Amino acid sequence: MEYILIIVSAIIVNNVVLTQFLGICPFLGVSNKLSTAIGMSGAVVFVMTLATIVTFLVHHYILIPLQITFLQTIAYILVIAALVQMVEIILKKISPSLYQALGIFLPLITTNCAVLGVAILVIQKNFNLMESVVYTIATALGFGLALIIFSGLREQIELNQVPKGMRGTPIALVTAGLLSLAFMGFTGIVK
Amino acid sequence: MNQWSNFTKGFIKESPTFALILGMCPTLGVSSAAINGLGMGLATTFVLAMSNLFISALKDFIPDKVRIPAFIVVIASFVTMVDLAMAAYVPALHKTLGIFIPLIVVNCIVLGRAEAFASRNSVISSLIDGLGMGLGFTFALIMLGCIREALGNGSVFGYKFINPTSNGILIFVLAPGAFITLGFLIAFINRFRKTS
Repeated sequence: MEYILIIVSAIIVNNVVLTQFLGICPFLGVSNKLSTAIGMSGAVVFVMTLATIVTFLVHHYILIPLQITFLQTIAYILVIAALVQMVEIILKKISPSLYQALGIFLPLITTNCAVLGVAILVIQKNFNLMESVVYTIATALGFGLALIIFSGLREQIELNQVPKGMRGTPIALVTAGLLSLAFMGFTGIVK
Repeated sequence: MNQWSNFTKGFIKESPTFALILGMCPTLGVSSAAINGLGMGLATTFVLAMSNLFISALKDFIPDKVRIPAFIVVIASFVTMVDLAMAAYVPALHKTLGIFIPLIVVNCIVLGRAEAFASRNSVISSLIDGLGMGLGFTFALIMLGCIREALGNGSVFGYKFINPTSNGILIFVLAPGAFITLGFLIAFINRFRKTS
């Protein structure tokens, strides 16, 4: 039951992009086409889950025993950067087809603030390892959901006559605002 | 390029927020009130100026292949300093900005300037570039914060100018208002940039 609450809350009520403003750069950057949006979502689910597990272990088995939790930011970003690089190399070796699908998105993920953000949030929320994993997967799915809906909307916008000054980023942001308004309708389902 | 235009380019012409569309997460996340925008902007300015200064000073010693991790370590050190200093001196603001302070480290503006400017220019121009870009970012955050606070709460920097018992248009201080206000602001600035 607890896990269901975490999942519903992370996917729709507190959606990572639309209510917490994490991961806006890829949200605006790779949402032009539905197919790239799906690829990016897959890569984020994969990397975010791995990154949270590793940073969780680093936090509890290295930073806390050595009493250097103030180095959290530096440690996490290095772990995430190294992890992304490693995933890229391993994926290239063992699964070239998956690498083809996710490859170009992997370097972009290092600077996706949602990955670092979630890694820090699970520590702040005092989750145990299992809760952290569930929360992270749900958050990543929420990111994917928002990204895929948004790219579908943007494909439709391309076909319409948008006023000259609003073309490009401005209309994308207004659309994201309306999408966020729709997600606000879920507020209150989970406390 | 003279130093003055190097400094001022961050405000409108190459504004990280309005022209380059970088660093959107903190821009949208902390601009619900002008004072939050100011705090976030100044924290980012400090990190940007100091990391630009150090990276440009160290650029001859950092091997080209590992430059990105090296830059990230320099940036993360300054972010940690800002984080601890703010927790000690302005705990209330530190609490409001919350997760967005450690996230300065993945703000694309900081790494972007390190890679595009500081790694190939002199120490002085890099420092000025960092300050200019940082203050340009602060300017954008304050502008967005003022508009959202004025429409959503009827106040600017906490001073209420409407009847104290009434609310503003609440949606502007909530999440959707951030996207919509920024969208219209960019459209407006684009027009201004093209005609000038």
